[in-house]
Amino acid sequence: MSTETPLPVLTAADFASDQEVRWCPGCGDYSILAQMKKILPTLGIPREQTVFISGIGCSSRFPYYMNAYGIHSIHGRAPAVATGLKVANPELFVWVITGDGDALSIGGNHLIHAIRRNLDINIVLFNNQIYGLTKGQYSPTSPLGKVTKSTPMGAVDNPIHPLSVAIGCEATFVARSIDVNIKHLGMVLSRAAEHRGTAFVEVYQNCNVFNDGAFEYATNRETKADSILELEHGKPLIFGKNGSKGIRLNGMNPEVVELGKGITEDDLLFHDEKATEPSLAYLLSRMRHPEFPEPIGIFRAVDRPRYDDQLDQQIAEARQRRGEGDLQKLFAAGETWTVE
Amino acid sequence: MATSTSSDSGPESEAASRKPVVELDSATVRFCGDSGDGMQLAGSQLTSTSALVGNDVATFPDFPAEIRAPRGTKAGVSGFQVHFASTDIFTPGDQVDALVAMNPAALATNLGDLVPGGVLVVNTDSFDEKDLKKAGYDRNPVEDGSLDGYKMFTAEMTKLTRKAVDGLGLSVKEADRCKNFFAMGLVFWLYDRPLDPTQRYIDAKFGKRPAVAEANHRALKAGYHYGETTEALPSQYMVPKARLEPGTYRNVMGNTALAWGLIAAAKLSGCELFYGSYPITPASDILHELSKHKNFGVRTFQAEDEIAAVSSAIGASFAGAMGVTASSGPGIALKGEAIGLAVMTELPMLIINVQRGGPSTGLPTKTEQADLMQAIFGRNGECPLPILAASSPADCFDVAQEAWRIAVKFMVPVFVLTDGYIANGSEPWRVPDPQSLAKIEVRHPQARDNGEPFLPYERDDNFSRPWAIPGTPGLMHRIGGLEKQNGTGNVSYDPDNHQQMVELRQQKVSNVANDIPLQEVEGPSSGKLLVLSWGGTYGACRTAVQTVQKTNPSVAHAHLRYMNPFPRNLGELLKAYERVLIPELNMGQLDLLIRAKYLIEPERLNKVRGKPFTVGELVHKIEQIL
Repeated sequence: MSTETPLPVLTAADFASDQEVRWCPGCGDYSILAQMKKILPTLGIPREQTVFISGIGCSSRFPYYMNAYGIHSIHGRAPAVATGLKVANPELFVWVITGDGDALSIGGNHLIHAIRRNLDINIVLFNNQIYGLTKGQYSPTSPLGKVTKSTPMGAVDNPIHPLSVAIGCEATFVARSIDVNIKHLGMVLSRAAEHRGTAFVEVYQNCNVFNDGAFEYATNRETKADSILELEHGKPLIFGKNGSKGIRLNGMNPEVVELGKGITEDDLLFHDEKATEPSLAYLLSRMRHPEFPEPIGIFRAVDRPRYDDQLDQQIAEARQRRGEGDLQKLFAAGETWTVE
Repeated sequence: MATSTSSDSGPESEAASRKPVVELDSATVRFCGDSGDGMQLAGSQLTSTSALVGNDVATFPDFPAEIRAPRGTKAGVSGFQVHFASTDIFTPGDQVDALVAMNPAALATNLGDLVPGGVLVVNTDSFDEKDLKKAGYDRNPVEDGSLDGYKMFTAEMTKLTRKAVDGLGLSVKEADRCKNFFAMGLVFWLYDRPLDPTQRYIDAKFGKRPAVAEANHRALKAGYHYGETTEALPSQYMVPKARLEPGTYRNVMGNTALAWGLIAAAKLSGCELFYGSYPITPASDILHELSKHKNFGVRTFQAEDEIAAVSSAIGASFAGAMGVTASSGPGIALKGEAIGLAVMTELPMLIINVQRGGPSTGLPTKTEQADLMQAIFGRNGECPLPILAASSPADCFDVAQEAWRIAVKFMVPVFVLTDGYIANGSEPWRVPDPQSLAKIEVRHPQARDNGEPFLPYERDDNFSRPWAIPGTPGLMHRIGGLEKQNGTGNVSYDPDNHQQMVELRQQKVSNVANDIPLQEVEGPSSGKLLVLSWGGTYGACRTAVQTVQKTNPSVAHAHLRYMNPFPRNLGELLKAYERVLIPELNMGQLDLLIRAKYLIEPERLNKVRGKPFTVGELVHKIEQIL
C-alpha cells in the first residue's frame, strides 16, 4: 500500500456508514462500535482496504454500520468467508465480527480452523451469554443452571469458554475486554489490529434486554476491582482495591493471596504474553468469577507463520521454479500425439 | 506351459515366427482384480498407449468405495475398461471383447460382460480353494468346462512374475505387486501395442527405486513374451489408427479437463482462481490437479468442511477472484444455504457437482445423474441460478469456461454438473491453441468523479449489478443475506422491493437463454422420435441413435448442455417429433422439468444401477418405441 501522497486524516465519523444503527437502546454493541470507529483512523489503513465479515446475530449487523467493505453472511460462516477473502487478496485488512452463538455453536468448526491456520485476520467475539436476535434462548457460553425461554428449569449443558477454546487452537493473539471499559477496549482492539496472525478478542457485552447484568460483577464500581484483573506484560498479577491482592502459583494451580504479611510482588505470577508455550495463557483463561478475578487484556501475543503468507510464498516459489503459468505448456505436459 | 526361447529378445524385435494378426475396427478390454492389484494403473496404461498409437479411446474405471476391501472378495473387485477403435467412438463399450481376471471374485463379477467367444485371460495362481470359495464357486470354473464358450487363456501370473523378478532382492510381497505389469504385457502383445510408453511411465514413477523399476520392466516384458511364445494364444489383434481431425491430441479425464478449464477461464478473464473444497469422491481429483498449478496463481484451499469450502469461495469472489467450489451430492446438500447467499449477494462463482449415486452417502464411486433437481431447487426461497452439464470428459474443459463467462456477465453463481463416469473416464482431446480460446470480459467499476453515491445494486442491460471489489476507493459497500433494496443495497423489508428483487434475480437467469446457442439436433429436424439427453449419457445416447438411424432415419438426438435456463428453441424443437424419449440415470428428473415446462408427455428410460447406459439398452428402448 504505497501511496505518493500522504493518507488523508480520517476521523471516527469517516468510518460511520449512512445506516441507522438498530440495536436495542442500551446495548453493549454500541460501545464496541464506537471504539472500533475510534481506533480505525489511528491505524493508517485506508477505509477501502478494510472489510468487515459477520455471520448472523445481533453483533453480526455490525458491518452495515461501518463505512468499509462488508459481508453480512450466514450463521456461523464468517470465519470461512473471511478466509476466502483474505486468501484471495492478502492486502485486505479483515475483521470478523461474531457472537457467542454464531462463533461457538453453529460456527464452532470454522472458528477453530480459522484460528489454527493463523490467517492475518481479527476476530471479535461479542459474548453476551444469550441468544438475543432469537429472543432469549441460552447460548453455549451461558452458565450452568441458566434459566431462559428454552431452559425453564435451568441449562444443564456445561458452558464453553471462548478464550480456552482459542488457546486450545494455539491462537497467536488472545485478548479479552469489556464493553463499558472503553479505553481498555480501544487498546485491545488496537493491539489486535496490529497483530500479524489471527487475533482473537472476546468482549464481555451486556444484553440489557435478555440477559441484563450477566457481567455485573465485572462492571459494577463496587465489585469490579475484586472481580477483574488487568493483565500487563512483564508485570505481576495484581488486583483488588489498592492493588492489595495477587495471584500466586501453588504447584500447577493459581491461588489468590493478600500482599503483605510476608508475601511480596516477587512471589506472584508474572504475566508473559510472549510465552511460546500457551500453558500460562490457558491457565489465565481458566480463572473464573467468583473463585478468581477474571483477567482482561492481552493473554497471548506471539508470532507464528501465517496461512496467507505461506500460500503466497508457495505461489511465488512455484512461479520462480516453473515460470508464470502457460496454458500451452499445461496442455502439452505428458504424452501427446499428432494427427496429420 | 511357458517356453522361454525368446526371453531375451525385446518386444520391439521381430519374433522368429510371428503369429497371424487379425485386424479389428475396435476392441474393448477390461482388467479386473482385487482393489490392490493395480487394475486402474493397467487400464490407464492401456488407454494412454492406445491413444498414442492413434486410436480413439473411451474408458470406464469402476472401483469399490473401500480402499482395500477384504482380499479376494467380490466387494473388493476393481475394474478398468478400455475401448479403443479406428473409428470415432463415444462410449467405453457395452460388452468386453477381452477380460483379464486376476482372481475368482473378479471372474465371477465380470464374466457376464464378456462377449460369447471373447478372450478370457485368467491368473490361475489365485484360483485356490480359499479364493474360489470367497467368490462363491464350488468348483474351479477354469477346470470344469464352464468357460468353454470363451477363448480362455490361463497363466500362472504370480509365479511367472516372481520368476521374472528373481535376483532383484524384492520381498515376495513386492514381487507380487508387479503382476499387473505382467498382465499389461500380455494384453499389449495381444493387441499389438508398443511397450515404450509404459516403460517411460515406469522410469518416471519408480526411478528413485531402481530395483522396483527393474522388476516392473521385467514383469511387463515377461508378460509380453509370454503372449508371444505360448501356444495358447494363436493370433494377435490389431486396431488401426482412427481418422481423427488433424491436430495435437492428448488423453484427458473429466476431472483433469475441468480443472484445466477452470485455470483457462481464470486466465481468459484476468481473475485469479480460488478453489475452496473439501475432499469427497469423486470430486477430489479436481483439488489434486489444481493444487499442482500454483504457478498460474491458483489458490486452493482445503477447507474444514463443505460449508467452509463454499463460504470461502464466496469471500474470494467478493475480493474479485474467480471463486469456485466443488463437491458431490452430499457435499452440495451442505452447501445449500451458502449457495443461497451467493445468489442473494449476486456474486459470480462456480459450484461444481461431480454427481454420484445417492441419496445420502449412496454409492460414492458409482455414477448417477440424480442431483439435477437438487441443483435447480435445492435451496430455500426463490433461488434460481444457471446450470450447465458437461457431456464427456473433454467437454468439461469447455463447460468450465462457459460457466464462468455466464457467471461474470450476469453476476450470478453458476452450477456445473458432471458425474463420476465422465469425471474418471477419459477420451482423446484435441489440444486447443490457447490463443483461440475466447476472452471472458470482466469489469470492476471505479469511483465516479461526479460525486454521486455508488449504488451496489444498480442494474446494467442484463440486470447485473456492478462487481466492485474491496481495495477500490470510494466504492465501500456492504452486501449480505438479508434482502437488499434494489439500487442502494441497503437492507430492505419493503414488500414491493422484495417482489421486484425476486423477479430481478429470476429475470437475470432467464436472460441467459438469450446469450447461449440454440439447441442443436443430430438427425432430422422433425420425425418420429427425438432422444433428449443431458450430461454424461451423451456418448451412449449418440451411439445408440446413430445405430438406429442406419435403419430408421426418422430418429434424432438432442443433447442438452444448458439445464437452466433451457435453450429458447427447445419447446418448439420438441414439438417437431411425434415422440420424445428422455433417458436418464435417475428416476425421471429432466422428464419432470420438460413435462412441467412444455406440457408434453415424453417416454422415459430410467436407470439407477450406478453404471452408465449401455448402447444396447438404449437401442432396445428406441426400437421398442418405434
